[in-house]
Amino acid sequence: MIDRDLINRTLGAALRTGGEFAEVFVEDKRSSSAVLDDGRVEELTSGRNRGAGIRVVVGDTTGFAHTADLSAAGLAGAAEAAAAAARGGGGGVREVSVDRVDGSRPMPVRIPPEDVAKATKVDLLTMADAAARGEGSAISQVTARYGDSRRRILVANSDGLLAEDDQVRTMFSVSCVATGDTGLQTGRESTGRTIGFELFDEADVEDMARRAAGRALTKLGARPAPSGAMPVVVGPGGGGVLFHEACGHGLEADLVAKSASVFAGRVGEQVATALVTLIDDGTMAGEWGHFAIDDEGRPAGHNVLIRDGILTDYMWDHLRARKEGRRSSGNGRRQSYQHLPMVRMTNTFISNGSDDPADIVAGTERGVYVAQLGGGQVNTATGDFVFGMTEAYLIEHGEITEPIREGNLIGNGPDVLTRIDAVGNDFAMGSPGTCGKDGQGVPVGDGTPTLRVTSLTVGGTAA
Amino acid sequence: MSELIDIASRVAGWADEGEQVEAFVVHEHETEIRAYEGEVESLTSAESQGIGVRVVAAGRQGYAYAGTLEDSALRETLDEARDNAAFAQADEFNGVAEPDGVATADLDLFDPAMVSFSTDDKVALAIELERATRAADPRISGIESAEYVDTLFESAVATSTGIASSTRETGCYLSAYALAEGDDETQTGFGFSLGRGPGALDPTEAASDAAERATRLLGATKPATSRLTVVLDPWVTAQMLGIIGHTLTGDAVQRGRSLFAERLGEQVTVADLTLVDDATDPAAFTASMVDGEGLATRRTALIEDGTLTGFLHNSYSARRGATTSTGSAVRPGFKGAPGVGAQALSLRPGSSTQAELIAGIDDGLLVQEVSGLHSGVNPVSGDFSTGAEGLLIRGGELAEPVREITIASTIQRLLLDIVGIGSDLQWLPMSAAGVSLVVTDVTMSGA
Repeated sequence: MIDRDLINRTLGAALRTGGEFAEVFVEDKRSSSAVLDDGRVEELTSGRNRGAGIRVVVGDTTGFAHTADLSAAGLAGAAEAAAAAARGGGGGVREVSVDRVDGSRPMPVRIPPEDVAKATKVDLLTMADAAARGEGSAISQVTARYGDSRRRILVANSDGLLAEDDQVRTMFSVSCVATGDTGLQTGRESTGRTIGFELFDEADVEDMARRAAGRALTKLGARPAPSGAMPVVVGPGGGGVLFHEACGHGLEADLVAKSASVFAGRVGEQVATALVTLIDDGTMAGEWGHFAIDDEGRPAGHNVLIRDGILTDYMWDHLRARKEGRRSSGNGRRQSYQHLPMVRMTNTFISNGSDDPADIVAGTERGVYVAQLGGGQVNTATGDFVFGMTEAYLIEHGEITEPIREGNLIGNGPDVLTRIDAVGNDFAMGSPGTCGKDGQGVPVGDGTPTLRVTSLTVGGTAA
Repeated sequence: MSELIDIASRVAGWADEGEQVEAFVVHEHETEIRAYEGEVESLTSAESQGIGVRVVAAGRQGYAYAGTLEDSALRETLDEARDNAAFAQADEFNGVAEPDGVATADLDLFDPAMVSFSTDDKVALAIELERATRAADPRISGIESAEYVDTLFESAVATSTGIASSTRETGCYLSAYALAEGDDETQTGFGFSLGRGPGALDPTEAASDAAERATRLLGATKPATSRLTVVLDPWVTAQMLGIIGHTLTGDAVQRGRSLFAERLGEQVTVADLTLVDDATDPAAFTASMVDGEGLATRRTALIEDGTLTGFLHNSYSARRGATTSTGSAVRPGFKGAPGVGAQALSLRPGSSTQAELIAGIDDGLLVQEVSGLHSGVNPVSGDFSTGAEGLLIRGGELAEPVREITIASTIQRLLLDIVGIGSDLQWLPMSAAGVSLVVTDVTMSGA
């Protein structure tokens, strides 16, 4: 993307004020999307964002600047700005020479989305629209979205690292509105993979549309959700959001270092029931949070965070790992070249247990079954977290009965982890997500088998 | 930077016959400084620019963008937008905005002091904020973040239909997240201070707000589930207004996604409530002279004395609804075509302070913070359920803190159950102002 000589010169300029560490991150991202709404293919959008972010570290201070100008002059200007921000070191000239890192392998993309005709992409939208509307006249509105992106990155730093990656992602979603006597309800279905247009060999957009429509229609007859603490069974796939919020964020080393996490200082302790093994894994080929190298040039890792209930490690980026004298776990990510990297999750999941999912429901006298979760949010310092249920049912006498309306559930991470009393053997990955932290969004995946929390607070309005 | 309007006009001028072109060009400089333990943790100096081009031809719309203003990229972006338009389906209401003769408000949104404010002074403010937050209360045990942020934002919109407008704005804020420690527990609270220029920033205010919000939650427990009266803090009310604003756009109404469709002229809330969107209010942090399509912003009354009186429109929804744009085109930066949205919502304040409102409540909850609004509030159905923390109210006084609860209702019910509106109007770093709002019969889910 830029030649090695220019990289060396840029890193040299970045270290001129005495920086201990300098890094150049170059990104060239092309995106395209198409939206159908209100029965029409409304708009196609495409764009390109390209530039470099330069980071200089002196002591505990980081200076950062970025530029869309990848010429020698543009990079020199950004290097100077980043160096000025982190001044205060010894000064002087340092030679930097970078070497290519082995192991940053190109991802297998069978059908590059850029080679697919726009008309073919648009066809997917109209197929989904027709399929959703075919579910009944109560389906009053349909939005279908197609999106793809190709993100080429190059990372080089003053430790001599030079690594590149080429990340292709493709996604599709359908949202429906159903109108009935009780008002409006919505249903959504989405898929996203770190692969090319071959996504649609496995994802049937008409099926997705029918499922989204079905959700909206089901909710037209939904009762208000109950309120108060009760057992909650989360279906396969969806529960990942729960763990992402309940403990994932709290295991990010930057928050731990500031004691802004309830999990600080607890490595080696039993933090969950023995049924829980939590893994963050950027190497899962094709998953939404997959990559070959993170945005600091480190290979993606398979990191066990909780093993059989015992907290084994946190997630690390370069800066936090460097301070602790250890290696980054491959969790340094950023939204774009305009952002500083920080500790982020990749694909976070709970591995299979041994319970039969049918037994988990049958063994629940009264509670809530959540088939699809929405997003969530956590306060890592207190551990309190919420997540939304977008498709949920009552469990009465061990059976899934009536649908309930949308709402949030609230719990406390460390507390909830000790209340997981059943983990099924039906592991599935959930829907693709965008995780937000400090204003930066990155693609993440999650997954779980069916599992039960003995007590979570359901935020409905019914008694 | 007069070049921005020149660039936009040049691209708009490349329109072919029978084609409309709109070019939106931005240039922004942002500084962000985070302080930690008396030092600069990070200093980001960010300059970004870009162009977004919308093409409408034969009723079909296409959009393309580039994160650069290099000459070669301008043509490429226009060509790409043109090509994209060819694959969309025609809509007779598609089109860029046309000049409507409404004069732009004369607002002073650019503080020259922001430009001359030195990096050293910015660093000093960030460090002072962190120090003041730690010093504000002995129970403050740490800082999650303490930051200074400023932006110099310039943009221009030009169209082949004759619109050529530009704007230049400055803004800055301080924000602190404090950690307070009690017996075997940590609580958090935030505080901020904002303005158009550095003169408006007050680190002491931000620090003491953060410390107070964190420390007053110490000892919080999870209460039993009940129905009670809640007082929404201005910060919470403003977030609620943002969601209600989504439901009051012409776009949501025309596409059958608004619970207020078909309700124009009806009483939708209590008679004391008047809601306006007015980006020409200079007090609003999000004040602006022009909207995302280059039309003058203006004041739009959405609810007057409890009656639904209007919706927000951009040029598309106005044409489709056979009305006029309310200057409410909002853009997701340069990477997307303009949609419709509120820019500066506010409720007409009442006459009581928050303390006076609380004094009238026997059994209630002051909601200091909410979480999960994006996952628990559905603006289409109106279902509303959000995580909350705050202080119980007993006998007209603030009582013990509570956490790990949710409050739930529906947007429809909530508007009808309002029994008090505070006098404490406060503009916040979002497209809405807050006031204390008292709502009865809300379900609080707890243990």
